Amino acid sequence: MATLSGAFRRGNAAHSALVQIAFVLGLGFLVYEAATLALAHMREHHIPTDFGFWNERAGFDIDPHLIAYSFTSTYGRAFFVGLINTLVVSAVGVVFASLLGFAIGAARLSTNLVIAKFAGFYIEAFRNVPLLLQILFWYNGVLKALPAPRASLAFPGHIFLNDRGLFMPAPTLSPLGLSLPVFHGFNFIGGMKLSPEFVALTLSLVLYTATFIAEIVRAGIAGVPKGQGEAAAALGLNAVQARKFVIVPQALRLIVPPLTSQYLNLFKNSSLAVFIGYPDLVQVFAGTVLNQTGAAVPVITVTMAVYLFVSLLGSLAMNLFNRRIAGAVH
Amino acid sequence: MTQAFVRAAPAPQLPPPKQADGRVAALSRNLLGSPKSLALTFGALVLVIWAVPDLLRYFIFGAVWHGDAVTCRATDGACWPFIAEKLPYFVYGSYPLDQRWRVDLVFAVGGLLIVWLLAPRAPARRLGLWLAFLVYPVLAFVLLYGWPALGLPRVASDLWGGMLVTLIVSAVGIVVSLPLGILLAFGRRFGPLAVRLTSVAFIEFMRGVPMIAVLFMANTMLPLFLPEGVEPDRLVRPLVGVALFASAYMAEVVRGGLQAIARGQNEAGQALGLRFWAIQRLVILPQVLRLTIPAITNTFIGLFKDTTLVATVGIFDFLRTVDSARLDPNWSGPTITPTAYAFAALVYFVCCFSLSRYAQGLERRLAAGYGRDRFQ
Repeated sequence: MATLSGAFRRGNAAHSALVQIAFVLGLGFLVYEAATLALAHMREHHIPTDFGFWNERAGFDIDPHLIAYSFTSTYGRAFFVGLINTLVVSAVGVVFASLLGFAIGAARLSTNLVIAKFAGFYIEAFRNVPLLLQILFWYNGVLKALPAPRASLAFPGHIFLNDRGLFMPAPTLSPLGLSLPVFHGFNFIGGMKLSPEFVALTLSLVLYTATFIAEIVRAGIAGVPKGQGEAAAALGLNAVQARKFVIVPQALRLIVPPLTSQYLNLFKNSSLAVFIGYPDLVQVFAGTVLNQTGAAVPVITVTMAVYLFVSLLGSLAMNLFNRRIAGAVH
Repeated sequence: MTQAFVRAAPAPQLPPPKQADGRVAALSRNLLGSPKSLALTFGALVLVIWAVPDLLRYFIFGAVWHGDAVTCRATDGACWPFIAEKLPYFVYGSYPLDQRWRVDLVFAVGGLLIVWLLAPRAPARRLGLWLAFLVYPVLAFVLLYGWPALGLPRVASDLWGGMLVTLIVSAVGIVVSLPLGILLAFGRRFGPLAVRLTSVAFIEFMRGVPMIAVLFMANTMLPLFLPEGVEPDRLVRPLVGVALFASAYMAEVVRGGLQAIARGQNEAGQALGLRFWAIQRLVILPQVLRLTIPAITNTFIGLFKDTTLVATVGIFDFLRTVDSARLDPNWSGPTITPTAYAFAALVYFVCCFSLSRYAQGLERRLAAGYGRDRFQ
């Protein structure tokens, strides 16, 4: 492609340089004008333009918080609570979406017709309905409609589900053991509590993302030439060995790049938490903190920066990979 | 030439293999072949028998089809009269009753254009493209927003809602993102350094942040960057966000298409004496668009689902109207929420599923005519 990108340079180097300088100057002028205007507006309306609010008292509560936090904590601390909640929901989502996605993708390729059709039905049903609708459905339609703690649904292994969330046993460090949720008064104490917001968000993210992962897995396995399986059979490998040593390693090459995109999508989609009030980064920081401080520009900038940082890491890996593939085509 | 062995008499016939062929044999082998397969089949059937009758009872046979809120509260099936009564709200939002013919007209013309463009052997598709991308947006804007001089009273955008807004947001996203995406992809691939860096920065920024954040930004920051007195419409702000967001994704789709065009195509163009832009316009771009139609359709499906997020900035799109209607105290009842969500899911499913089937069909048709040698 070098010959083509030279189209600008080939004619006249000076001309190309001039065009570029004009472009940069024009862009710079636009940005400068917009920034000046924005600053003037913000000064006029007394909108904070810096991070002065960072160490001020937040005065609102966040539940759940995995690091020490109370309403006397600072806005800066609230930011980290939100960030950690985003990371937790994304990590749990990625793990379960991968497990479900690979299982469904394999089921889709099963020779068992019923199982394959089942997997196909699940994929079409959940992929073609907006994620937000699924989140609202699980939250408002299912979890909020559950009975109160007194009439919890009880599952084996001391797991209880009610309109306050999911209660289950939790390991304890000192003394080493297991803390079981026990019904006491009006609610459960002990064990681990997962809020309905967390459960609804994770469940929707997993069910939605798994459909895309399943299709990626299917396409990856289908993309390995048939001859590879036949070659493996000719070498005397049985079906399991052929899959393990020949098919899957080649399929992974096709699977990993789009899989990375799906992980990043899940990470970004976790921001839909704002619709049901799970305190993730967007809900806490770009929501509550922004509303209380009015510092739109700093808050939005930091929020964007966090998402960008993670996404760019993924994108960088993908582009390196893409360069290898694209190089192989030509 | 000698032959070592020639069979003198036909070999005795072997008995046919046991039921190896045919539908029944394949089915029974696949469904019942191994203990694992048998267990899976059985489990799946149990699931169907357990779930399907209950679903049918809830949504069809035990559902309320005629009646009002009182009838709905008395039974535990889905409440379809609720949907019937709220349907105009789901379609038009709060658009004035006596002006809704304007919305209908916009829908009708849009539908005609879509059939024209998507039908396999439609005539004069180029004309259709110009109409759809240039004339139709202007026409739709004039009709929906109004032009008092023409006898069309103004209808402020905060009265628009429901499917109307969902379709507007999707349509604007599509109409803007296609040309802008192509421009960005070219900038990223062929532009001089300054243009390339700007394109990459824009694309990676938009793709790296959640759409909600883009909408937040458009909503709170766009007014700050505009001169005093220019107050962007509350619907226009998210539209800008959606269009820019979709453009970045479209740019990557087009970039993929550009990557897949064989180098020989450029060389052939050069051999014909064409200049760079002529090659792109006449040789490369038509092939890129043909290659990427399925991917473009998929981007549109994603965009259509993502329009639901404009609710973050207070726009009443289809999902938001459904979600707010279910809280109507006149219709309160235990089955209203599931009915409302099921209806919304059905509408989105029908739209997205048929679009994706269309894309798959197109892919097959293109592959049939285009062959596998396109990468050579």
